[in-house]
Amino acid sequence: MFVSVTLSLLQGFWGTFKLFSLTLVFALPLGLLISLGSMSRLRVVSYPLKFLIWVIRGTPLLLQLLIFYYGPGILFGTNIWGSGDAGRFIAALVSFVINYACYFSEIYRGGIQSIPVGQYEAGYVLGMSKGEIFRKVVLLQVIKRIVPPMANEIITLVKDTSLARVIAVYEIIWNGQKFIKSEGIIWPLFYTGVFYLVFSGLLTVLFDRLEKKLDYFR
Amino acid sequence: MPILEVNNIRKSFGSTEVLKDISFSMEEGQAVSIIGSSGSGKTTLLRCLNFLETPDAGTITVRGEKLFDTADAAGRSDARIAENRLHFGLVFQQFNLFPQYTALQNVMLAPQLAAQKAKIPDDGSILAKARRLLDEMGLSDRMNNYPHQLSGGQQQRVAIARALALSPDILCFDEPTSALDPELTGEVLKVIRALADNNTTMIIVTHEMSFARDVSDKVIFMDQGVIAEQGTPAEIFGDPKEERTKRFLASYTRGAM
Repeated sequence: MFVSVTLSLLQGFWGTFKLFSLTLVFALPLGLLISLGSMSRLRVVSYPLKFLIWVIRGTPLLLQLLIFYYGPGILFGTNIWGSGDAGRFIAALVSFVINYACYFSEIYRGGIQSIPVGQYEAGYVLGMSKGEIFRKVVLLQVIKRIVPPMANEIITLVKDTSLARVIAVYEIIWNGQKFIKSEGIIWPLFYTGVFYLVFSGLLTVLFDRLEKKLDYFR
Repeated sequence: MPILEVNNIRKSFGSTEVLKDISFSMEEGQAVSIIGSSGSGKTTLLRCLNFLETPDAGTITVRGEKLFDTADAAGRSDARIAENRLHFGLVFQQFNLFPQYTALQNVMLAPQLAAQKAKIPDDGSILAKARRLLDEMGLSDRMNNYPHQLSGGQQQRVAIARALALSPDILCFDEPTSALDPELTGEVLKVIRALADNNTTMIIVTHEMSFARDVSDKVIFMDQGVIAEQGTPAEIFGDPKEERTKRFLASYTRGAM
């Protein structure tokens, strides 16, 4: 029994892991774009993005999942996500990417704005272009500063993936819960916690290493 | 021909006029000190010369080439400004070294980027020059240290080497010792003095009066956004004509005691 439960949960965890990693792949760069846009001097760019960040951070992710999945169908009368598991997964992924990109964008913004203006000026007087200053001078300092808050947010994402089951996306909790109905046992559901713990433990070690690696300068 | 001619520079921040019609010139190899109380516009003038601020009016001419002219809008493009900046070097009060690079890397970064842009192959000359400059700054044993491992005086000397790495026509100092503990100002003033002895063309904004007196060929006294008086150190410190120069210098000798 234990082995078959473990195998089933591992299968469910694959769904969790897919949602987690694909969210990061898209949300990390998108967050940077939103962040740069929200700091733009052009108000037509910055105001809508600030509005988006407000709406996304101001409402529950659970609700966003439902609206993203069912909203288009209600508005246009057709399910734009396609049918079946794949369609639901894509809808969940889009919701997660937008949600997390908004949170990441605020972390990026904090990091970028915390760099002293003297760093830019030192680059300028050495004849460097804006892009060179960003890539060669500012970027690594920003990364150093945002590693701790990013680690926090990314570990939250591991657990937030469980929300996707509200639109019936298979992930580990879904697989744990099905044993209540089929076998009348609840411990597999509790057992899922071990998977989350091990995975977030691994991430913690990874981020600690990264932090140490960037410890050589201040 | 003067190496630098500044004519009728004006600059306002909001309704505050910080520079009111500033004009002066200097010759190659001269060291010019700018003195005056806080808020007199010294630093703003230096920032205008390095294009960190854009003057509202006036011209800046280096070796006869007009780098800035309010009448010429085309000169305001980012690329032109970056090019113009290379005529000047600037050493900041707060050093502003890049923390993730060693002393040597700090000095080499801008020349390397410039060489990449110009597609000049690396023949080791950038490294050799950076080593020589740090050596001249008395930092041969600190080349591979990161800024946070250096004292303020050492950091400022790295910053001077970094500014010299691009061989600017005119090296500017913005209160280079104001952020330093008193026991560290000496080592920085010593290297600036050595540069002056080598006829490096320099503009030094400073509160170190005896240093300005010793090292400069010309002293400019600024007060409330205008050049109140300029002349040789002997004229300004020994025989100031203007009442406000006398008052400023008197407050200084009292304050220094």
